[in-house]
Amino acid sequence: MSTALSVNDLHVHLGQSHILQGISFDVPTGGVTALLGRNGVGKTTTLRALMGLVPRSRGEVTLGGDDVTRLRTHAVVRRGVGYVPEDRDVFAGLTVEENLRLAERDSDPSYDLVYDLFPELRQRATQRAGTLSGGQQQMVAIARALLNRNQVLLVDEPTKGLAPLLVTEVAAALGRAAELTTVLLVEQNLPVVQRLARDVVVLDAGRVAHAGPAAELLADPDHIRRLLGVHGGSH
Amino acid sequence: MSTLVLLTITGLGLGAMYFLVASGLSLIYGLMGVLNFAHGALITVGAYTAWWFGEQLGGGFGTRLLVGGALGIVAGAIVAALIELVLIRPLYQRPVEQVLVTVGLALALGALVQGIWGADPKPILLPDWMFDTTTVLGANVPNDRFVEIGIAAAVLVGLTAFLRYTRFGLVIRAGVENRAMVTALGIDVRRAFTIVFALGGALAALAGVLSGVYFGVVDPARGTSLLIFAFIVVVIGGFGSIGGSAIAAVAVALIQQYANYYASSGTGDLAVVMLLAAVLLVRPGGLAPKVAH
Repeated sequence: MSTALSVNDLHVHLGQSHILQGISFDVPTGGVTALLGRNGVGKTTTLRALMGLVPRSRGEVTLGGDDVTRLRTHAVVRRGVGYVPEDRDVFAGLTVEENLRLAERDSDPSYDLVYDLFPELRQRATQRAGTLSGGQQQMVAIARALLNRNQVLLVDEPTKGLAPLLVTEVAAALGRAAELTTVLLVEQNLPVVQRLARDVVVLDAGRVAHAGPAAELLADPDHIRRLLGVHGGSH
Repeated sequence: MSTLVLLTITGLGLGAMYFLVASGLSLIYGLMGVLNFAHGALITVGAYTAWWFGEQLGGGFGTRLLVGGALGIVAGAIVAALIELVLIRPLYQRPVEQVLVTVGLALALGALVQGIWGADPKPILLPDWMFDTTTVLGANVPNDRFVEIGIAAAVLVGLTAFLRYTRFGLVIRAGVENRAMVTALGIDVRRAFTIVFALGGALAALAGVLSGVYFGVVDPARGTSLLIFAFIVVVIGGFGSIGGSAIAAVAVALIQQYANYYASSGTGDLAVVMLLAAVLLVRPGGLAPKVAH
């Protein structure tokens, strides 16, 4: 199986803290790879480092075999990396339509897909994003990334703080996205991971503690408890 | 009544200049987080370019002012773009150094202008009709006030349309809110920085040209005095808000004019500072915080 994204010996320092201490992992092409770990182990920092949003002290990142380590954020994105940040980061003062228009990179953006997944966004096109609910803002954040054809989609805790019904809707959208592109998903909700992920990478204290097929990890409650500090199979 | 009308229209003329300076400052800080103390020097660049070319060119005074003013605006935009590319860009993420560089540049450019043309004010050539007056509700208002107000109003409309209806305006409005996320959508925000800096420089230079029209002279200290009030306007209006800057510019200029006339000369500045303090107490983020519109 080919590799969409490869991370090799990646280090990140933030202030005095050595957040990522030489992580290495591969994300196979197609499907969802889940990046798991307890709070504060460096999952969000990993995605931000891949995007070039935090400075990388050392290491190498390749995208489809091309070295993108030294590229600035916008250049990484133009190589085909979509990003859905943890805090959604929609532009509150812009309308839904303007948020989407700003994200257009392709000459033929996939509005049909976006509105098919989130029909509500079409109805709220002229509404300011800052007045949307958390779930609706998450739809905007995901829709922005799905407008373009990406090699890899980095998605950071998309179900965080959402009502159960919306969790199902967001998971379905990510499942659909994974049919079109490779997804690296940071997620705390294990049922969502179980539903979507083919592979998992588990971080602990800034290092990779485990990598392998998702089914293998999720079938082992003791392993889950040891790595993630939670009970597995809570669906 | 006629005095009030005259004070109001004169105040609006002054507010027009405050707005032109403040709108550039506001966009630059809102998008880039740069407090540009060299903005006053760009006012001087615009004013002196218009004056110098006005002296050199032939033709009627109106044509000289028009051509000199246009060249002043272009000069302001070019100098501002160079400041961003050469001095500011290497110092992003280093706000203290940015402040030092822009303060130093303001002092250096001011000294350069004084060194070349001296500290005395230079009369700017204006067409005769600008010295005439038009009667409005019994007040004889100098015609140049309508020019300043009209140009500022046109800039307000144009800038608002630019921000609202163009792709680049969309990038600026989004960047004022969250520039990291703009780059995470694949947009090179550095290009926007240069263009906004150039736009701000052009507006400051236009204010410099209009200050020559308003006061009848250009002088090396005008940029600094306008800049101080423009900073106050930006704080009151809210960083990144063009509409907020327009409202605040009018409020500051009118209060200044009324206080100077109805209280005593010099109390206008005090009244403006009191307005600033009141706004900061009631709405610390200004009238329209952190949203470019």
